[in-house]
Amino acid sequence: MSIKRLSPEEALALDKFSVDEGTPHILIDKAICTTCTAKPCLVVCPARLYRLNDGQVSFEFAGCLECGTCRTVCQAKGITSWTYPRASFGVSFRTS
Amino acid sequence: MSDDKFDVIVVGAGPAGSACAYSLAKEGKSVLLLERGNTAGSKNVSGGRLYTYALELLEPGMYQRAPLQRKIVREQVMLLNKASATTIDYFNPAYGENVPNSYSVVRAELDEWFAGEVEAAGGMVACGVLVDGLIEENGKIVGIKSGEEEMRADVVVAADGVNSFMGQKAGLFPDVQAHAVGVGVKETIELPDSVISQRFGVSDDAGAARVAIGCTEGISGGAFLYTNKGSISLGIVFNPEQAGRQKRPIQEIFQDFKMHPAIQALIAGGTTIEYGAHLVPEMGYHGIQKRLYRDGMLVVGDAAQFGINTGTIIRGMDLAIVSGLAAARAILKSKSTAETGPLYMKQLEELLILANERAYKNFHNILQLPRIFGTYPNLANEVMQFLFTVDGKTPKPMFKGLLDVVKNHASFGQLAADGWKAYRNV
Repeated sequence: MSIKRLSPEEALALDKFSVDEGTPHILIDKAICTTCTAKPCLVVCPARLYRLNDGQVSFEFAGCLECGTCRTVCQAKGITSWTYPRASFGVSFRTS
Repeated sequence: MSDDKFDVIVVGAGPAGSACAYSLAKEGKSVLLLERGNTAGSKNVSGGRLYTYALELLEPGMYQRAPLQRKIVREQVMLLNKASATTIDYFNPAYGENVPNSYSVVRAELDEWFAGEVEAAGGMVACGVLVDGLIEENGKIVGIKSGEEEMRADVVVAADGVNSFMGQKAGLFPDVQAHAVGVGVKETIELPDSVISQRFGVSDDAGAARVAIGCTEGISGGAFLYTNKGSISLGIVFNPEQAGRQKRPIQEIFQDFKMHPAIQALIAGGTTIEYGAHLVPEMGYHGIQKRLYRDGMLVVGDAAQFGINTGTIIRGMDLAIVSGLAAARAILKSKSTAETGPLYMKQLEELLILANERAYKNFHNILQLPRIFGTYPNLANEVMQFLFTVDGKTPKPMFKGLLDVVKNHASFGQLAADGWKAYRNV
């Protein structure tokens, strides 16, 4: 094996997740996000779970590393709810 | 339901929570330590290095049974530009003697061991429990809520980490601010022990720690590298506020750093086995929450935003452990819950946490100088290039050559201003 550049998807594939299907622990209001010009979430999320498609911000909670960075930079308050996943769900780090 | 009541409920089985619960359980208190991860440490990410004195303070000799990685005897500072690197290497074998100065750690192992120590001391540990509320009666915190369940205690200790929703729910402080924290991203890279030892010039039980600047595209922040047993922890911490103002995803900037030839030389042949991220308190003394208690509740560790970053010393876990100990001592000494908070503040002084924080209280301002993260690392590398390049052409006179390099990067006014600002804040 050797070291290579990892895409966010490749990096997240290394981690152990238990996804709480249907119960996202972070909620965004896309209408508010559309009015936000800065959109810092697109670059600060270590898992790059915030993406821009045709001017709309989309968010995928399944690969969340639960750091909280998006919440701290969200000025427009498009993140309407941020909690930790329910017990036993989310990421489980084994070697960090 | 008085049987269900504990003396103390500790929320969060990181180093702060476990240190607190351990000290209390050892003294016979009934303690419940709650952890939202399926195992302690499974939600945690750190660089990471633990300064050993903290475990010694908790219990002399305790570090010898802890699952620590390598004792750090090589301290390295690296200044990067796009294609080259200048590294200062400080080797001090004495850091590995007697009680070693510090160890690299892997949190999944360390935290699980620590929670096990709490159990062995008589405390109760429950993992897979997310605390989502507090019980308040007559202006006093008297317990916690987890979904439909309620659990009561004389004192609740919030050791729930940097995001501390417990402290927020108790009304002690507002949510975390982007300028006050750093976001760390990290890959764990598996490599044979013999390779790590050889590359870093250490024996198999000793290791190196490295900080690096010049790899964050000018964003306030820096990289870290720790050698573990059988792996290397490699990451970068960014200021989220500044990172959010530019256009490149931090995950991508981190990949650039990982692929830098100077870093490649250290990790080549390795395999990334995990990718993690976490927030860290970054403001030092000025970032510590102003209110760390109320009747029935204390806030410890990252939740209190204890942290020190001098550029060469990055501390969090040691302060977490000592603050957990401070909370335990305060609880043991107090006759009523109203006394506990003030006694905790007194213990933070007595155990020198606040003295340590104050000693570096304005370092954060130096680490905000924008030229530190791009201009100066570039400058250092070009100075080196001038000093070491031989091409047979007529060289510039030494002094003029150096002056030209400096002038290419910063004016003397800027240098003087930065120098003055650094001097004033040290």
